Amino acid sequence: MNRTSLTTMQFALALLASGAAALGLVFSLPDPGSVPLLTVFFALGAAAMVRLIRPINLWFDGALMLLGAVALLLALPQTGAMPAHFWWALVASWAFAWLFVERLSAAIRAGHLPETGTGLVIPVIFGLALLVAWEVITRGANVPPVLLPPPSAIGARFMAETNILWADFVQTFIKSVLPGYAIGCLAGLAVAIAVDRSPFLKAGVMPIGNFMSALPIIGIAPIMVMWFGFDWQSKAAVVVAMTFFPMLVNTVAGLNAASAIERDLMHTYAANNWQTLMKLRLPAAGPFIFNALKINSTLALIGAIVAEFFGTPIVGMGFRISTGVGRLAIDLVWAEIAVAAVAGSAFYGVIALIERGVTFWHPSVRGGRA
Amino acid sequence: MANRVIPVLTILLAILAFWYAAAIWMNAPWQDRLNARADLVDVPFAEFAAQTWAQDKPVLPAPHQVVSEIWNATVALEITSRRSLAYHAWITLSATLLGFAFGTVLGVALAVAIIHNDASDRSLMPWIIASQTIPILAIAPMVVVGLGSVGLTGLVPKALISMYLSFFPVVVGMVKGLRSPEAIQLDLLRTYDANGWQVFWKLRWPAAMPFLFASMKVGIAISLIGAVVAELSNASGGGLGVRLLTGSYNGQTVQIWAALFIAAGLAAVLVAIVGAAEKWVNGRMGARA
Repeated sequence: MNRTSLTTMQFALALLASGAAALGLVFSLPDPGSVPLLTVFFALGAAAMVRLIRPINLWFDGALMLLGAVALLLALPQTGAMPAHFWWALVASWAFAWLFVERLSAAIRAGHLPETGTGLVIPVIFGLALLVAWEVITRGANVPPVLLPPPSAIGARFMAETNILWADFVQTFIKSVLPGYAIGCLAGLAVAIAVDRSPFLKAGVMPIGNFMSALPIIGIAPIMVMWFGFDWQSKAAVVVAMTFFPMLVNTVAGLNAASAIERDLMHTYAANNWQTLMKLRLPAAGPFIFNALKINSTLALIGAIVAEFFGTPIVGMGFRISTGVGRLAIDLVWAEIAVAAVAGSAFYGVIALIERGVTFWHPSVRGGRA
Repeated sequence: MANRVIPVLTILLAILAFWYAAAIWMNAPWQDRLNARADLVDVPFAEFAAQTWAQDKPVLPAPHQVVSEIWNATVALEITSRRSLAYHAWITLSATLLGFAFGTVLGVALAVAIIHNDASDRSLMPWIIASQTIPILAIAPMVVVGLGSVGLTGLVPKALISMYLSFFPVVVGMVKGLRSPEAIQLDLLRTYDANGWQVFWKLRWPAAMPFLFASMKVGIAISLIGAVVAELSNASGGGLGVRLLTGSYNGQTVQIWAALFIAAGLAAVLVAIVGAAEKWVNGRMGARA
């Protein structure tokens, strides 16, 4: 342990990585030099066994991981399955990646490396490793593209079809999600403020609102399509119904968040109900309202896409996904999914940023991490 | 009790009254046309209202129509009949429960890995969050078709969708819960010379129970939604989602509403069961209410 300064788990990973590299080197001997970069990776990876004698810098493991991934991607045959010893390269570079991440996080924890920046490297490596493994497995094992296309094909399709993807994005996100989200959230907020004055109404609305939030409201999509037609209005209506109840429940709860002593203070200022609401209770409800806004940002996109399965004009993300499956254009479907994921994350991110600006006083924001 | 029930009942009655009024208003244009064709003029309002509440394919069915449809499609039919709502509800329920079980186990396992390993905390957590930005519900029908082409059919693909949706709240809740013991409590166990296993079973796991149940309530509701949406792609497989789909193709609004009510009832019962289990476990562990 002293010699290598590795934990048991890191040691096992190191053995796995170097062992796989050595095996890959052995199996690639029959045709040496056919893929020089890969041979270099195998040789260096096997040579990393010297850590048994003297420690190796963790960045060397990182470099090996990178080399393995690049060599493997470059060596992938254009058609057909890849030679068997390539799999050892995949195992070895995956193990090097894991080892690197383990040592990196240990170094951050021990304070050898700064948290900012390097802390971000780890999830990025994990994501890239997933993408590389996806690419290598789908192309290397000759998985039919109809089942699961490699990321490169999805990327190519994404680049080739940007105008279709943009039209779908406008139809689904700009026309359906945003108006529905705005109307649903504002209506929830307004109803919450309206019932807030009456304890009787509040006692009645809260259980019903909580119950409705747990229901599969998405099921009203076919009804909305019948009522409002095939175009974006019906999708926006579904989004309104889905976003209304979380907003209502959270706002009602949030309006109770201001403490009695703060309300008493407003009372001594002779503030009327409206002033108390605007200057104290609504700001105090901020964290709750933003919580609902964040929940709703993901619900809204899902609601709009699912509603498009029940009837739509010939544009829209849900339409493209369902017809793409029918035409076996799975790479287009995945490109559409990527757009949805990015749009959803960006939407969520924007709300979270606004939250940090508006509720800057809240402990969860002042603590540094939202 | 009374001052809890009365407000809820009042609101429910108001919704019901509003619903009947809306049914008159929304069904009126079609009823007008029917009456004009039948040369009925000057129908008194009470009779007209009754007509709008008894249409065959109303724009908005009146509540009693939905209730009688549910009755006809459950109690009045053989449970094995393909027209029985109970049969379809059972298909959806079994996929929901299977997916929920998978999701809970996966979520707990991931949470345990995350709190015990620094690297998996740093590498997994951001991607678990990112995994939820993929609108899986939106692609659920496609996933089911895709899995069907590799030979996975029936319950499992739907359960996988439910699992994907329900593991997330469980991971987030359990990570929070397993980390909820305070330093002073961990220190106490150190003075007892407890090993990692004992710390887990005697402190972290019990401390995480309230978080687990709160997450499971969210998880089971979302599992049901996942199962219903996953059924939309396979019209022959049955399930509440299929009832929604065929209802929408045939304009059978009463059928859609009946399926929706059954789904809502299922969700309520499932959440209530999890809540009851929570009370029981918390009571056994001596938690103060």
